[in-house]
Amino acid sequence: MTTPLLDVSDLRVSFKIRSDGDMPWTKPRELKALNGVSLTLNAGETLGIVGESGCGKSTLARALIQMVPATGKVLWQGQTDLLTLTPRQMLAYRSQVQMVFQDPLASLNPRMSVGAIIAEPLRTHHPDLSQTQIKQRVQQMMERVGLLSNQINRYPHEFSGGQCQRIGIARALIVGPKLLICDEPVSALDVSIQAQVINLLAELQRDLGLAMIFIAHDLSVVKHISDRVMVLYLGRTMELAAAQALFAHAAHPYTKALLSAVPIPDPAKERAKQMIPLEGDLPSPMSPPSGCVFRTRCAIAQDRCAREVPALLGTRHQVACHLVNTATLEPV
Amino acid sequence: MVTAKLRAGDLSRITDMAEVKGRSLWADARKRFMRNKAAVASLLVLIIITLFSLSGEAIAPWTNEEIDFNVIGSADTEGMPSFASGHYFGTDDLGRDLFARSAQGTRVSLMVGFVGTFIAVLVGTVYGAVSGYVGGRTDAIMMRIVDILSAIPYMFVLILLLVMFGRSMFMIFVGIGLLSWLGMARIVRGQTLSLKHKEYIEAAQASGVSSWKIILRHILPNLLGVVAVYTTLLIPDMIMAESFISFLGLGVQEPLTSLGALISEGSKAIVQGSLWQLYFPLAFFTVTLYAFYFVGDGLRDALDPKDR
Amino acid sequence: MALLDVENLGVTFATNDGTVTAVNGVSFSLGRGETLGIVGESGSGKSQLSFAIMGLLAKNGRATGSVRFKDQEILNAAPSVINALRAVHISMVFQDPMTSLNPYMRVSDQMAEILTHHQGLSKADALKACVRMLDAVKIPDAKGRIRLYPHEFSGGMRQRVMIAMALLCRPDLLIADEPTTALDVTVQAQIMALLRELQAEFGMATILITHDLGVIAGFCRDVMVLYGGKVMETAPVDPLFESPSHPYTRGLINAIPRVDTQGETLVTIPGTPPNMLRAPKGCPFAPRCAYAAEDCDDHLAPLTTFAPGRLRACNRSLEDLA
Repeated sequence: MTTPLLDVSDLRVSFKIRSDGDMPWTKPRELKALNGVSLTLNAGETLGIVGESGCGKSTLARALIQMVPATGKVLWQGQTDLLTLTPRQMLAYRSQVQMVFQDPLASLNPRMSVGAIIAEPLRTHHPDLSQTQIKQRVQQMMERVGLLSNQINRYPHEFSGGQCQRIGIARALIVGPKLLICDEPVSALDVSIQAQVINLLAELQRDLGLAMIFIAHDLSVVKHISDRVMVLYLGRTMELAAAQALFAHAAHPYTKALLSAVPIPDPAKERAKQMIPLEGDLPSPMSPPSGCVFRTRCAIAQDRCAREVPALLGTRHQVACHLVNTATLEPV
Repeated sequence: MVTAKLRAGDLSRITDMAEVKGRSLWADARKRFMRNKAAVASLLVLIIITLFSLSGEAIAPWTNEEIDFNVIGSADTEGMPSFASGHYFGTDDLGRDLFARSAQGTRVSLMVGFVGTFIAVLVGTVYGAVSGYVGGRTDAIMMRIVDILSAIPYMFVLILLLVMFGRSMFMIFVGIGLLSWLGMARIVRGQTLSLKHKEYIEAAQASGVSSWKIILRHILPNLLGVVAVYTTLLIPDMIMAESFISFLGLGVQEPLTSLGALISEGSKAIVQGSLWQLYFPLAFFTVTLYAFYFVGDGLRDALDPKDR
Repeated sequence: MALLDVENLGVTFATNDGTVTAVNGVSFSLGRGETLGIVGESGSGKSQLSFAIMGLLAKNGRATGSVRFKDQEILNAAPSVINALRAVHISMVFQDPMTSLNPYMRVSDQMAEILTHHQGLSKADALKACVRMLDAVKIPDAKGRIRLYPHEFSGGMRQRVMIAMALLCRPDLLIADEPTTALDVTVQAQIMALLRELQAEFGMATILITHDLGVIAGFCRDVMVLYGGKVMETAPVDPLFESPSHPYTRGLINAIPRVDTQGETLVTIPGTPPNMLRAPKGCPFAPRCAYAAEDCDDHLAPLTTFAPGRLRACNRSLEDLA
């Protein structure tokens, strides 16, 4: 069995929040953005992470590359725990793990030319390269992601949203990372452009053997590109399974509700659809419900759900629910 | 737009096109600035005044120290501006040529303005950017230092320094430079705080770019707009501060003069009727200040058209 | 008589960089109680279309053409005419509920204002009517929560408040401009279900503007597809999805990833959305169309009916696209 590229155990991230009206001496409240998330990722594999607001998916992305303080274990290639590294030591790994951001235009410095933007990671990690070498690589990368290489001196505001996202992808891939974390990379794009960028990512992944963590709130997009999918809710994993399995036989009540809520571009199916409504509002992440965090909105919640936190159980298809038989994935 | 006229399939076939020149945001801002008539006119006025201050003494028939003995003592009747006598702006009570003195005075005032502002910009920008970017306790301490220094009455310190260490250009620069960077530091820190959270800064951090490079490459260029505007508003402040000092009689020593000193002498001479002694330096002073304000306004509009 | 009749509507904006054409000749009509979905991406002009109808264009915007509401011309009408229609006969729900609600006013004040202004109700009566409406949009404990400020509601709740406000005077027409785009998918489903219920109960005609074809499929009876400020296709919802007649609609439907089917690579539409700075003479979709020919750059065939209730604007015939 090959060592997984990334082995995350019990990742926790909490923020201290001060309200505006607090006195300087009141204890700040704790916001548990991530409350014990574990996952493994093999080389060349794509893990999709879905969830709604407040589920912690963006925090997860940032915790993996030490952009927010976190506790737990993030094991890289079975050897190094990334969370124990000093910023200096972390630098070497930053060329191995790169990120693509949500807002294509905002993730590019408006005062730098596109060539300089794409070249920056190269300059940071390979300062010994000459100007010509850098320019060559930048141009190659631009062509690779579907941009005309003669645009190298243009500025971000002269490009469309989809092209800006390609620039962001070029910048992330120019140092040859092994893992690409995509934080909602297509949410801000038009539908017809989304498809282009998704296809590009899938193609690049195949050609470069990239592992990918694909974070999105759009389930249809995640299904399309992921090998496995993880469903987060209020900082905890609800379900983790192969993409096919998750969408065909979702076991967790939240996943089922989420899937039923996705609008399908087919009027007949929409009319026939049985939507599983979710009661009430999303609880505040600062005071999550006891036991299972989903129980306040779950149609089948019982007493046990308020007392015990359900563990994520199962082999290939994992579910965190007291009321699901993890062997058969049928309701208990 | 790139693909306006091309069929989508043509993209891959075009590989040998020459590199397209980019249209940076600075170029856009420059175009917008040029469209602002008042700002461009003011810029020209400033250029003319600067040229005057540099070359005025060379083209004047009289130097700034030379005393015209025909006029001394009876400046109000003999010292009027005229082309014949060579005193284009007239003379002062001592018979010194006002044209040459105005040129010199303008030069001194502008120097104080530019040098003082240069110090303020250099120190203030770096201080503010570092404070804002690093954040946390360092930021708090650095800003408290700024707060404490701001509480010091600026004028008193300046006057005290001049009285204690003598009146020289150097002292004026020190005095002004000591406290003029505070406002810039605050403004730059504020801008840095809002820039810090932009996604491209996050992207640079995720890429492993060092903090110093982030400040230099990403934060400073995006600050320059605000800094440029504030600079053009700071220069008149410096000139006014220096003029005030000179007006009080504590400015540069004779025979060096500044616009403030000239205005001071001129205002005393009104009673005698030689109005030109006041009007010329005052006109230069006012026009220079207005020109800076208009240029500053134009810059602000050009660099951030949304903020109209 | 149609409730709303839009004829050759055009919207342009005078900007520093030139004239931007947002809407380039859109025509459609809507009868009482009908639901129309307007689908488009960036640059399609769908939002500006609704602003023009409501008289909400920015200062540098110009609207041309004709918009007749109950046989009265309302395009570029005097403010007094438009104000009499707003909220009472035509209502609008916007995309971002946080910026559409005044953060400094209590919800009760904002809602009651509509009734006291338009229907002359007393404050007490207006408040009672508002609570009833908040109940109708399923806000729990409406009576207790109506005195709260907007920021004390969640995103989904705020949107319900917006919908309640829009329906207070029982308008004949409701225009919803991307009402669920900023919301989570489960909340979106709830809001769309609510809109369906309310539409059935109050019977108002509804225009739903969105880029999401799934949302359209679940709510609208008829659909209009916009691109580059022009109408590409209009059809009832079932035929539109079963047999789209325009290359753009086909491309759009094929490009959407779906939860219910398994596909390999997504079929994309090459190119980028149009830059409306230079209004194209011919078909705005031509640069990206697989079926485009020489004539498409010069002119676009007018919107013509080719089947009952189905219109298309394309130089190529249906047979050419098979």
